[in-house]
Amino acid sequence: MITPAHYTVLSAALFVIGMIGVLVRRNIIVIFMSIELMLNAVNINLVAYSSQWRDATGQVFAIFIICVAAAEAAVGLGIILAFYRNKETVNIDEMNLMRW
Amino acid sequence: MGESIAFYTLAVLILGFAILVITARNTVHSVLFLVVNFLFVAALYVLLGAQFLAVIQVIVYAGGIVVLYLFVVMLVNLKRPPEVHQDPHRRSRLALVLACVLLAEIGAIAVWGYVRPDVPVSPVSAATAAQNVEQVGWLLYTHYLVPFEVASILLLVAMVGAIILARREL
Repeated sequence: MITPAHYTVLSAALFVIGMIGVLVRRNIIVIFMSIELMLNAVNINLVAYSSQWRDATGQVFAIFIICVAAAEAAVGLGIILAFYRNKETVNIDEMNLMRW
Repeated sequence: MGESIAFYTLAVLILGFAILVITARNTVHSVLFLVVNFLFVAALYVLLGAQFLAVIQVIVYAGGIVVLYLFVVMLVNLKRPPEVHQDPHRRSRLALVLACVLLAEIGAIAVWGYVRPDVPVSPVSAATAAQNVEQVGWLLYTHYLVPFEVASILLLVAMVGAIILARREL
């Protein structure tokens, strides 16, 4: 029997994989893809509980999350392009202009 | 039984491709693994009876967002490997350990919260695809009409912002 706990554990594992990608990788495009993985993990959780309670509200919020993810990807990739044009790099360890 | 097999197969595939996304050296390979990962997540939505969301996932994620990533990977034409320079203050191992601790924590909470028997996830046949689309559409255009419009404005603002950011003379 597959309970929401199974889906929660799957979602937690996917979220943690995305988090490891954000924390360990230095290519900013891969970091953005890891953020998409984390948003997907949240969506799996919402849909699992929506299915459990037979209420479509969770799916509506998953649609909003997809919408926000699309906006985030568009703006974030625009920033990457603008930054690459100035510094010729996508390595976040070299993006320390405003750090200190 | 069939649901269990489908769930475990999909779970293994989703997690495996997610790991491939973050470990692939070549960024283009990473993007392609991400497409496959999104498609399997869409299959998981079908298993959960959320057919409309599965279609949205395929169209918006696998079709739209990933193409955007692919374009940026192609536009960012790297002359040297992207990850050669490493900040000496970076603590990757500590990050890995903390991530594993977080996974153990969330997993323990999820399992501990469901030791008592609970209502099982409704089977796929509980709502047909047409009913699912009807439910989601009804909620989206009645209860959540204002958030829906706000989301559309957010997308408009993001579009304008992306165009301005990607212009030649910033």
